[in-house]
Amino acid sequence: MSDPRPLSPHLQIYRWQLTSVLSILHRITGVGLAVGAVLLVSWFGSAADGTASFASFQGFLASPIGLVLLFGCSVALFYHLCNGIRHLCWDTGRGLDLKSVYASGWAVLVATVVLTVIVWGVGLSRWGV
Amino acid sequence: MTRQMRSPLGRVLGLGSAKEGVQHWWMQRLTAVALVPLIIWFVIAALGMIGADRAAMVAWMHTPMSPVFAILLIVAVVYHLALGLQVVIEDYIHSEAWKLGLIIVMRLWCIVLVGRGVLAVLTLAFAG
Repeated sequence: MSDPRPLSPHLQIYRWQLTSVLSILHRITGVGLAVGAVLLVSWFGSAADGTASFASFQGFLASPIGLVLLFGCSVALFYHLCNGIRHLCWDTGRGLDLKSVYASGWAVLVATVVLTVIVWGVGLSRWGV
Repeated sequence: MTRQMRSPLGRVLGLGSAKEGVQHWWMQRLTAVALVPLIIWFVIAALGMIGADRAAMVAWMHTPMSPVFAILLIVAVVYHLALGLQVVIEDYIHSEAWKLGLIIVMRLWCIVLVGRGVLAVLTLAFAG
C-alpha cells in the first residue's frame, strides 16, 4: 500500500473479543449470503426454465459441492438473522450496556447452532439419509 | 444539547459528509425487519421441497400467497444485499473510481438478479 498510515485496528496486536468477532462475522456472513441469493434466484429460475433444468439444479444442490454451499449458506443465514435481530434491538436503544451486549452475543451463537442443527436434522431426515 | 458543530446551512440540508445516508440506513432496517418473517417462511417451505420435482414447485407457486411471499423475499433479499455490499465496497475500496465502478456493477448485478427471480416466480405462478 502506498498509504503509510497504520491500519486500525492493528490486526497483529489487536486483542480479539466476542463483540468484535461477532461484528466482523455479521459482515462476512452478509457478503457470503450473496452466494445464497444467487442460489435462491437460480433455484426459482431453473424451475421456471423447465423440468430438466430444475431436476439438474436439485441434483446440483444434493451433490457434495451443493451440500457444502447449502450448509455454509444456512449457517451464515441463521447467524446473520439472529445477529440482525440483535442489531434491530440495539437500534431501539435497548441492550447496549456491556453485560447485555455479551449476553445477547452468546445467545446469538447458541441460537445459530440450534437453528442449524434443527433445520439440518429435519432436512436430512426428510431426505431419507 | 451538545455543541453544534455543523453550519446552519448543513443542518437545514440534512446532509452529512457522505451527502446521503438516512434513506440507506432506513431501507436497510426496513428490509431487515421484513426479512425476518419471510426467511422463516422460506426455510420451512424449502424443507418441504427437498427432493421435489418441478411439478411440486408449480403446485407450491399456484397457492394464493406463496408467489407473493416468494417475490417479496427475492426483492427484500436483493435490496438488503445491495445496501450491505455497497457499505462493504465503500469501506474497503479507497480509489473513488474503483469504488464507483464496483458499486455500479454490483447494482446492475442485483437488478439482473431481481429480474430473473421475479420473472421466474411469475412464470411458475401463471404459466406453470
